Amino acid sequence: MGVLGPKMAFRVLVGCKRVIDYAVKVRVKPDKTGVVTDGVKHSLNPFDEIAIEEAVRLKEKKIATEIVAVSCGPPKCQEVLRTALAMGADRGIHIEVPDEEYASLQPIHVSKILAKLAAQEEASMIIVGKQAIDDDCNQTAQMTAAFLDWPQATFASKIEKTNGDLLVTREVDGGLETIKVKLPAVLSTDLRLNEPRYATLPNIMKAKKKKIDKKKPADLGVDITQHVEVLKVEEPPVRQAGVIIENAEQLVSKLREAGHIQ
Amino acid sequence: MNFATRFLKHSSPCLCKIVAPCTEQPLKHAAALYCTTPSKPLTWLSEEETMMRDTVRKYATEKVQPLVKQMDAEAKMDPSIFKDLFAQGLMGIEVDEKYGGSHSSFFSTVLAIEELAKVDAVVSLVCDLQNTLITSLMQNFGTEEQKEKYLPRLCTDMIGSFCLTEAESGSDAFALKTRAVKDGSSYIINGTKLWITQAHEAGLFYVMANVAPEKGYKGITCFIVDKGTPGLSVGPKEDKLGIRASSTCPVHFDNVKVSDRNVIGEIGHGYKYSIGLLNEGRIGISAQMVGLAQGCFDKTLRYVMERKQFGKIIWDFQAMQHQMAQVSTQIEAARMLAYNAARMKECGQPFVKQAAMAKFTASEVASLTTSKCLEWMGGVGFTKAMPIEKYYRDVKIGTIYEGTSNIQLNTIAKCIAEEFSHTS
Repeated sequence: MGVLGPKMAFRVLVGCKRVIDYAVKVRVKPDKTGVVTDGVKHSLNPFDEIAIEEAVRLKEKKIATEIVAVSCGPPKCQEVLRTALAMGADRGIHIEVPDEEYASLQPIHVSKILAKLAAQEEASMIIVGKQAIDDDCNQTAQMTAAFLDWPQATFASKIEKTNGDLLVTREVDGGLETIKVKLPAVLSTDLRLNEPRYATLPNIMKAKKKKIDKKKPADLGVDITQHVEVLKVEEPPVRQAGVIIENAEQLVSKLREAGHIQ
Repeated sequence: MNFATRFLKHSSPCLCKIVAPCTEQPLKHAAALYCTTPSKPLTWLSEEETMMRDTVRKYATEKVQPLVKQMDAEAKMDPSIFKDLFAQGLMGIEVDEKYGGSHSSFFSTVLAIEELAKVDAVVSLVCDLQNTLITSLMQNFGTEEQKEKYLPRLCTDMIGSFCLTEAESGSDAFALKTRAVKDGSSYIINGTKLWITQAHEAGLFYVMANVAPEKGYKGITCFIVDKGTPGLSVGPKEDKLGIRASSTCPVHFDNVKVSDRNVIGEIGHGYKYSIGLLNEGRIGISAQMVGLAQGCFDKTLRYVMERKQFGKIIWDFQAMQHQMAQVSTQIEAARMLAYNAARMKECGQPFVKQAAMAKFTASEVASLTTSKCLEWMGGVGFTKAMPIEKYYRDVKIGTIYEGTSNIQLNTIAKCIAEEFSHTS
């Protein structure tokens, strides 16, 4: 992985997941095998939206030369690819996974797919949301980096390019951490990285003409056999009302009553 | 409220529920895109139309909603809204790409107007006027020179204003008295226009003036007058009941001299252009009224589903359900009229009757909707703490502007008679 010269292609691969819209009230299916998705509004995972926005900004700063949006799943995934194209991605790749197999698709499969694509497309950077708001796995970026043996910079809240490296500020439990990462690298976005743009109407119209290629996992030599079986999905317990306490004595006696202290 | 805030805010269960982004009934989103029969329902949207509607809805909910109350209270538009509307290509929706427009369809305009009106009728009006009256007049009747001069600006940063109404000519629009006298290769315009929307912010004024009063309405001609032209002055804003953030002003023309190259289209054809534009504008207004009604209804429904009296939510009373079902049905019917009129226009079919029916129905339905919503909200709906009273005030202009309800009925009756005269 040498230093990238100014004239070389800098292709950015962006992972885009189609998830239930953040504003929807999610309901568990009566058979408890999952959540209701039929007829429910879906959209681009908000953290992936931030990833696309960052890629577009890199292109506007003339650092990136091409943005390729990738989505794995059934035909409906093309909607999020169109959104990505309308925001400024140059082309899309739809990895076709039929509904039944999509139900058991895991980050490990997606990571293998992204790793293979990155090699095929000669990508200089992969950027994905830190996690999807449906499964909250927070695994894809890390696993993809492992498969490619690329450095990873996760929970990015700021990305700067210096020569052949990236300077990434990460949001960690203790505060902010700034690391230098050699390219090519895998990044995952955190909330405060940027504020995604609204797709303008002219860009929505232009997105019509942009290409979306279709591939199958088998074409990339990736096996998406089910590894994980979901046993049960349940609603979280209903939040109980709290009790207002007047003073410290009352607090101590209530804790004692509940058996939390002796 | 930026992206981060609204995303985080929505993750917490305790929100100010009434003004939170409205989660409407789950859109049969995917289903709508995959209609395979050749005849499609009126609510079927192309992929671009769906994306555009969703973007505008998102923008309206995130960026416009937080400013609505303040803009109404101060009777002033926030300048960021104009900027955003231009930046998103929503001010020149149907304008050709070569002039910097979005090169999209009339139906896209209708959708944008409807979505914006769900949040604020004023922002919707800005989008409606700029698209259905201002840019369309230029695009349809302007010379190449005029188009190249004005369209790019109208699409990117300049608001336009349409000056037709006068003190003595409202519904009887063509009894206007503003005069334009030929003076060599110029015209001198004198007169006063009233109730002119956005006059305060406009950079360009279309003025309907009569060059030959002896010919009656056949002397009416449309002139372009730039802001800053000597003799042109905008009076103080009217203090209105509703759509308060929209500036409505008198515009005075005091020996305003313009080149004869500022005439749009042909001399004496101004009345024709006005009628044509207002027919289309009617569909825009019907979309605005449908959006206003729906936005008001949705916010009220949220309240009705939470408010408890006599041990249950007030939605659980059958009378409430029936009343709301009736109003919802009427809004849907009005929407169908608006959508169908828009599709007819896109197809090149005659749509005058349908446009009038749509505007009439939508404005009357919206008026009924806001009135009932206020009642369903009870005492709290009567206060400014809730957004419903603003919808109630804003809706009233719907049955008045761009052709009063009575004028719409005149038009519909004329069409009926005309159709009848063709039957044997």
